[in-house]
This record gives sequence, C-alpha cells and structure tokens, in this order.
Amino acid sequence: MFVFNHYNKNMENSHVIKVEKLVKRFPIGKGEFTALNGIDLQFSRGEFAGLVGPSGSGKTTLLNIVGSLDTPTEGEAFVLDHAVSRLSAKESAWLRRKELGFIFQSYNLLAVHTVFENVEFPLLLLDYTAAERKKMVMDALEWVGITDKAKSKPPQLSGGECQRVAIARAMVKKPSLVLADEPTANLDAANSHNILKTMENLNRDLKTTFLFATHDDKVISYLKRKIYLIDGKVDKDEKIINQ
Amino acid sequence: MIKFLLKGLIRDKSRSRLPFLVVTIGVALTVLVHAYIVGFMGDIIEINARFSTGHMKVMTRAYEQEMNQVPNDLALTETDSLLSLLSKQFPSAEWSPRIRFGGLIDVPDENGETRSQGPAMGLGIDLINPGSAEAKRLNLEKSAVRGKLPSEYGEILLSENFSLKLGVNPGDKVTLISSTMDGSMAFYNFIVSGTVAFGLESLDRGMIIADISDIRTALNMEDAAGEITGFFKNGFYDNDEAIAEADRFNATFSDNSDDFSPLMVSLSSQGSLGTYVNMVELWTLMISSIFIFAMSLVLWNAGILGGLRRYGEVGIRLAIGEEKGHVYRTMIYESLMIGFAGSVAGTLFGLFFAYLIQKYGINISGMMQGSAIMLPTDIRAKIQPVDFYIGFIPGLFSTVIGTMLAGIGIYKRQTAKLFKELEA
Repeated sequence: MFVFNHYNKNMENSHVIKVEKLVKRFPIGKGEFTALNGIDLQFSRGEFAGLVGPSGSGKTTLLNIVGSLDTPTEGEAFVLDHAVSRLSAKESAWLRRKELGFIFQSYNLLAVHTVFENVEFPLLLLDYTAAERKKMVMDALEWVGITDKAKSKPPQLSGGECQRVAIARAMVKKPSLVLADEPTANLDAANSHNILKTMENLNRDLKTTFLFATHDDKVISYLKRKIYLIDGKVDKDEKIINQ
Repeated sequence: MIKFLLKGLIRDKSRSRLPFLVVTIGVALTVLVHAYIVGFMGDIIEINARFSTGHMKVMTRAYEQEMNQVPNDLALTETDSLLSLLSKQFPSAEWSPRIRFGGLIDVPDENGETRSQGPAMGLGIDLINPGSAEAKRLNLEKSAVRGKLPSEYGEILLSENFSLKLGVNPGDKVTLISSTMDGSMAFYNFIVSGTVAFGLESLDRGMIIADISDIRTALNMEDAAGEITGFFKNGFYDNDEAIAEADRFNATFSDNSDDFSPLMVSLSSQGSLGTYVNMVELWTLMISSIFIFAMSLVLWNAGILGGLRRYGEVGIRLAIGEEKGHVYRTMIYESLMIGFAGSVAGTLFGLFFAYLIQKYGINISGMMQGSAIMLPTDIRAKIQPVDFYIGFIPGLFSTVIGTMLAGIGIYKRQTAKLFKELEA
C-alpha cells in the first residue's frame, strides 16, 4: 500500500477530478504546440461527462493527464485529491490500478486469455483472494450481460461483446473514475447504443464517474455533461438536466 | 499472477512453442557442431596417431633423436618386460610394440631369379595375436583389396599399388631384403596374403605390413622393438593426459645419461604434430566461438522480437496499473523459463545426435579418393563434458539478454502515448 506524498487534504472528498489552469505543451521541431491552454474544470462523483471536440482539440491530452498517464506543463490536475504532476511513476501506476478504469476504442483484450481471465487481470494486481476475484468477476460479467461467455476467448466474440468485456474489466474493481476514449468508434449503431446504455446503467447503479473523450454523436447523446473543447480551451460546458 | 502468466505463456504458441523450438534447435546445433568439430579435428590427429605416432610412444633416447631414419640398431630391447610394466603402471592406454623398417621386396620367377624388385617401407605389428587391436586400429580389414589379412606366420600384406607395380598376387612368394638390428644383411621369405589400399599416397606407394614376430626373426630383433606405441583406451587423444603420462614415465624410468634408456613422448612432442595439436585446439575454439556467437545473435534477436511482438499487451498492462518493473521482470522470468527448457531439450537432442555420430561416424571415403592428405575416412563427433553446458550460453543467456534489451523499451515507453498506441 502506497503512502502518497502529494495528497491534498484540503480537497478531500470534494471532487473526483479538479483541473486548475491546466496547460500542456508539446515540443514540435524547434517550436511548441499547445494542446491544452488554461483549462479549469471540476467533476463530482457520479458524473457521466464527456470531452467533446474535433481532432486536435485536446480531448485525449486531458484524458491522459486525468488518467495519470501524463503530466501537465503548467497548472495542476487533482484526481481523487492526488496532484498528478507530483506523483512518481509508481504512485501513478498505483492510482490507475486502484482507482481508475480505462476503456479503449480497440478493446485491447488479451487474446489468449478467456473473458473471465481478462476481467480478472486488474484484480490480480490488487491482491484479492481467488474467491473474492471469482465473485467480483462474475458480478462484473453480469453487469454487462455476458456471463455465458466467461470461458470464451476474445477472438470468438463479436466487437460489441469484446467492448462489454473491456467495460467489465474497467468496472470489476469498482473504480472511482472510468476514462473512455472513443469507446464506440469500432462499433455499429446498435452495438454502440447497447454499450452506452450499459455504461449509463453502471453509472447510475454504482455511482462511478465516467469521463469520455469523443466526437461521436451517439456517445454525445448519452452524456449528462458535455465539455466542448476547441484549440485546447473549454468553449462550452453544458450540463443536461432531466435527460 | 504466476498462474495467469503461465496460462498466457502456454496458450500463446508464438510466445512459448515457437521460441522453445528456436532455442531447442539453436542449442542442439551448438552442441552438435561443437562435438563434431572436436571429433573431426581429433580424427585428423587420430589417423596420424594410428599409423605413426601413437598417443604416446616409448623409444630409446637415441632412437628418438633419429626417429625419421628408423634406426633399428638403436631399438628398445627386453620389450616384453617393458610392455608388462607399461600395462601395469600406465593402464589408461593399450601398449603395442612396432618395428618400422626399410628394405627391398624381391619377387622371384619360377627359376628363383629376380622378376621384379622395389623399395618398401615396412611395419611390423602385433597382427596375428587374436587379442591385438592393431589390425582394427589400422583399419586393415576395410582397407583390404585382394586376398586376406595374414593369419599365419610368414605371411605379408602389400599395398595394392605396390603389388601392381611388382606384378605380384596373393599367394605369391616375395623376399624381404633388409638389414638386421646389428647391421648384417637380412633375407626373409614371405607369402603375400593380400593387398591393402589406405587411400593415402604416402602409405600406398610402397607399404608392407607383417606380424612383428616375423619381422623380429627377419631383422634379428628378438624381444626388441623400435617403438612401443600407446593408445588411450577411450580412443581419443588427450594432450594434457599424454604429456602427464610421459612426464610420469620419464621421471621414473628414463635416464638422461643413457642413450638406450627408454623415453616416452606424447603425440604432440613428435615432429610438427605439436604445432598441429595447438592449431587444432585454437581452431576448435575459434570455430566453436564463432558458431556460438552466431547462434547467440539468432536467439538474441528471437528474444528481442518476442518482446516487441507483445507491445500491445505490455501497453494495456501498463495502462491498467501494472508497474513497469513488474512487467519487465515477468518478461524476463518467462524468457528464463523458455531459455532453460529450450536449452535442456536442445542439449539432450544435440548430445543424442552427437552420440550417434560418435558411435557410428559419417563415412566420407567417397570424397577422399585420390587424396594425399592423411584424413580419416569416418568422421566422428566427440562428446566432452563442455557439451553438457555449452548450449546454455546461446540458449539461456542470449534469450534472456534479448528479452532484457527488448524490455528496456518498457521503461522508455511514454504512458502519455498509450491511448494513441492502443487505438490501432
């Protein structure tokens, strides 16, 4: 168990994510490209929000920083009250392992392992007992409706089923925050809606915070909060009430 | 976690079976080639040893000084007691007396007049005694062209070329004209029992072989022999052991001040063979090293490719929160398992095939026709203790080093790019 050195006690339990004056610049040749330019955002527990915008608007960059996969150039991002810029590599890994779930557009399942084993993998890193793992995995498979595929391997599944497994893998440890980058990009309309409905239900039932990066209208239609990014700045922060 | 990784390792054939096969084949080849090179190089020494030098040889000090002239007047005497002593105190080798001699072979016609005559280089060996290994050692049976090997005293073998030159056939009578041990003229009649061809110009030109008893009688050398040759019982020349045995003998039985005192010399101490033995050892080391290095590069690359192939898997494991060090270590453990299993299997296969070549040999006599170089007709491998672990150098170390190098990429990998990298 890690003891974090950069834990912001003043912010305890206030927000799942708090982003303050966030700037991210990338070196390009002799110059720099500013991907994020002074972002201020806060996300509370249980939000179903999305970063919306065209390619190059900074969605994935912000998702990277919130996912403690990258650090800001200026400003700070607090994830569950941990200052991302001050986390060591080990602390970042621990935060991802314990508190964050990731859903990728290409599913990224381990092809030689069964559905059960794919979903079980994050729990193996968290030292749960075999009995605990079995129960948690079966619960997660039930949430996404693929308990009958537990012994199947990813190559035997459809794209929609693979993404359900990926969601189960992200949700099995009941993380505080799930980050999803274009989760429906490889799915047809029917499967996209099924997947989004599943995530919506999980958000409602488990109070897990979901943050998407997307420019897909199908995803956008499900979001309860839409943050429009243009050229690394927040253009519009739109909360949908009574959807 | 270990179970999870093992399942992945076993199920992913390109992660387990393919690398295992590559390592096994690489290691087997390394072991086989090493044993083969050592055996082949040893065989070249061996054929010289069989016909000429022995693994060790006992002569008088004076004979040793003029060995090229086969000075039988300086030969060893009381050889029976010396042979008995050698067999008891130096039991690692088989000891056999030999007499080398020069002379003329005279072929008479029906009137007893000389029909043809030619110079011969003779070798008297323990040929008829059923317990002797000399006939087998010189490969006489397989070298026979016409007739048979001498089975009775008074019979002689001629090289096929020599017999054709003289116009004699098996069953014909020939006379050896030479000089006795004390310098008198020697005449001795033989019946030609057969002809042999060794495929070696130097031997086939004018070689005659007879039992040492006949030669002793002919040259008046009772209980004497020009030399007593020793051959290690395991059949392979060991330079260090030969030198040690020679030193041990000379320290006890050789007297520097007595020209007729016996002196034991190793194969490497005779003529230019010492240089050759050193060269063979160097070549063996060089060829083996080059092959091991080449095989190491292959397996090293296999390790690197194996690591790179799992780029996506490593990415997702890092994203989920596995530490880089943990991912790196598990990949090394996997390569250790594959490298070890492949090295064990490869060593077993390599030793098995090397054993077959050691036992049965590869016959290359077809390629040797007309060769004037003293090369063996059967190439044999030679398994040495080093063959039990030499394959682990490329098999285990190179595979693991390859994986370690590939794994450095894990540490250099920027997690910030994972989302983009895992999109594909």
